[in-house]
Amino acid sequence: MKGKKCECGHLNPEGATLCEACGKPLEESQQTDASGKKQLLNMRYDGSARRSQTYNKSIIDKVWNFFSSVKVGVWLIVLTIIASAIGSIFPQEMYIPADAPNRDPAVFYEDRYGIIGLIYFQLGLHNLYSSWWYILLIALIGVSLVIASIDRVVPLYKALKMQKAKRHESFISRQRLFSETEHVSEADLEKIKGHLRKKRYRLREENGHILAEKNRFSRWGPYVNHIGLIIILLAAILRFSDVLYMDEYVWVREGETVVLPGTDREYYIENHDFILETYDEDDERFSEAIAQEGTIPRNFQTNVTIYRDSANAVAGAEAELTPITEDQIRLNEPLKFEDYTLYQSGYQQNEFTSMSFKVHETDDPEEEALANFTIDLTSPDGVYELDNGFRVELGEYYPDYYLDDNGIPASRTDYPRNPAFVLFVYPPGSDTAEVSFLGIGKNIEPTGENEYNVGITDFEMRDASGLTVRVDHTLPFFGAGAAIFMIGVIQGMYWHHRRIWIHPKGNGVLLGAHTNKNWYGVEKDIEQAIDGTSINMVKDQQEKDE
Amino acid sequence: MGLEEVKQKKKRKKRGRFVFRVSIIGALLGAVVFTLVSNIQADNTIYRAGDQAPDFKLQQINESNERESVQLSDLEGKGVMLNFWGTWCKPCEREMPYMQELYGKYKDKGIEIVAVSLDSTELVVDRFVDRHNLTFPVPHDTTEEVRDLYKVGPLPSTFFINPEGEIVEYVEGALTLESLEGHLQNILPEA
Repeated sequence: MKGKKCECGHLNPEGATLCEACGKPLEESQQTDASGKKQLLNMRYDGSARRSQTYNKSIIDKVWNFFSSVKVGVWLIVLTIIASAIGSIFPQEMYIPADAPNRDPAVFYEDRYGIIGLIYFQLGLHNLYSSWWYILLIALIGVSLVIASIDRVVPLYKALKMQKAKRHESFISRQRLFSETEHVSEADLEKIKGHLRKKRYRLREENGHILAEKNRFSRWGPYVNHIGLIIILLAAILRFSDVLYMDEYVWVREGETVVLPGTDREYYIENHDFILETYDEDDERFSEAIAQEGTIPRNFQTNVTIYRDSANAVAGAEAELTPITEDQIRLNEPLKFEDYTLYQSGYQQNEFTSMSFKVHETDDPEEEALANFTIDLTSPDGVYELDNGFRVELGEYYPDYYLDDNGIPASRTDYPRNPAFVLFVYPPGSDTAEVSFLGIGKNIEPTGENEYNVGITDFEMRDASGLTVRVDHTLPFFGAGAAIFMIGVIQGMYWHHRRIWIHPKGNGVLLGAHTNKNWYGVEKDIEQAIDGTSINMVKDQQEKDE
Repeated sequence: MGLEEVKQKKKRKKRGRFVFRVSIIGALLGAVVFTLVSNIQADNTIYRAGDQAPDFKLQQINESNERESVQLSDLEGKGVMLNFWGTWCKPCEREMPYMQELYGKYKDKGIEIVAVSLDSTELVVDRFVDRHNLTFPVPHDTTEEVRDLYKVGPLPSTFFINPEGEIVEYVEGALTLESLEGHLQNILPEA
């Protein structure tokens, strides 16, 4: 290691731009410029040597130096921003529209967006936050954050700890705020010291050289802030643990009991009722808002019972359910049991649960019912024996009826949203069936010669409630990280590190001052400190230069 | 301070710096590797190729098949094609005839085709099974528990399980006759 020896006798490490002891400029860059004009000192990290600049030998040092670079850090952030922006061009995997012909991402992107979609998929942009290179980018930002911070905070801490009250004349005169006074009396010096103390400056003296300093802790703000960010990143890593974090979604229809996903089939949930309430349209208080927005929901609620399966047999086998809690889940008022939290997250209204029909003579204008029957859409029967000797066979049932590409009736989903039926009606004592096709708003008889007609008389509907099932023990870590982040921001923003040097020269003094921000504030401090003394007010040398 | 002493001090400092940097970089590298590995594992959720297929038991609802229920562990010693499907799913419907054709061919060679229906109404499945003259077992997963267990995403999805009960292949999407036969060859028990 080559060091630089200052004329004050202190041996400085390589990379230091100002002498650690007296502050005299060491480097060309800190000397006067070509025109001979006096330049202000670059006070970054107090002229100390960032350690990365000091050694660059082994591979470890090279890795260290790479991540220590702010330039590298900024590039990592820029790349992440660009990747995030590109990731928002096409929908992410979870937002592939439900009505897409094929929701498999391997097919969907190429299908809809062509070759660009294929590239998008292959690069993992369709599932950006889980693609390895995106996670790597974020992780490298974290690495850069740690190393760059250590590499700066340690030398800065040492430099500020080591600093002496006595500084080289050129260090003072090349501060941005500077003044020189020919004659200053002892009394005036005592006065200014008193004023500075009153302004809560801490004073150090060394042979008449005075350093007044306040709020040094504000310099640690950025590093505290980085510690907060690192805790947030660590909390994100904790989310990979199944014990600490789980996030699932489940649809439960009214009256149904289903297994809660992610609980290893230990817990089941029954939906008793889904409730959607809206604001009263006749209430004058809301009339304006309702006129503008239409109906406004005021409550989404699911009344549920949670069961534990004590049998815990293999999947699919009969469960033995014991109720453990009965409660209401409302939007923003989740149900908590054990480690799990259930949130009201979605709903689907108006699925059919049953439909009632009547059979009547086709040419009866009164359509008087000869027989009635009800089909339970959750478990329809194949045959219905009716009054008056009628028999109805359920030929086909389409829960969510549509005509497919070939014009053949089919069901779009498993859910009874648009039920349709092919019914074979056997009149009393007859072995030949009359065929009827029934659906919502459809009543077709293929032959047109049916003696009996079937009509829908009534139906029942139910809602489905969408619930998020979540375990999250990582939130306190995110909270702590965010709080520390904020403390760091406040620490660095609302306090300013201010230093004022008083350097005796002949009968007078040189006065220099430095702050990391708010120069106006430190000027005000000086103005009040020199009040009533013969010391000259500082001039802003940077302004003068411009 | 003698020259030797200075040299010693410098050496110690250098060593200290090296150890410090190696430990920091090591810890960071560890965290990054852990994150990436966890992420890859999270992507291939739970039971996929190479894993032991988890057991389940379901009611069998195909009347053309003699089984009353299907428990996967009872099928050990046979190659199992475990198919997840629904009547509303067109690609599922397209591969059914292939499955039926190959079921006849491979049934006696020690292969079982288990087509887990994810429909909620049995009648719809019955009509579908009749229409396609299916004879292999159709277990009915009414609560979608088994679907949850196997983390089945898009339909159809098929697991090919060897006689030892290990998942050999996992296929998302419809199969053709040729590709299906290839997969079945891979799980054929040794005669």
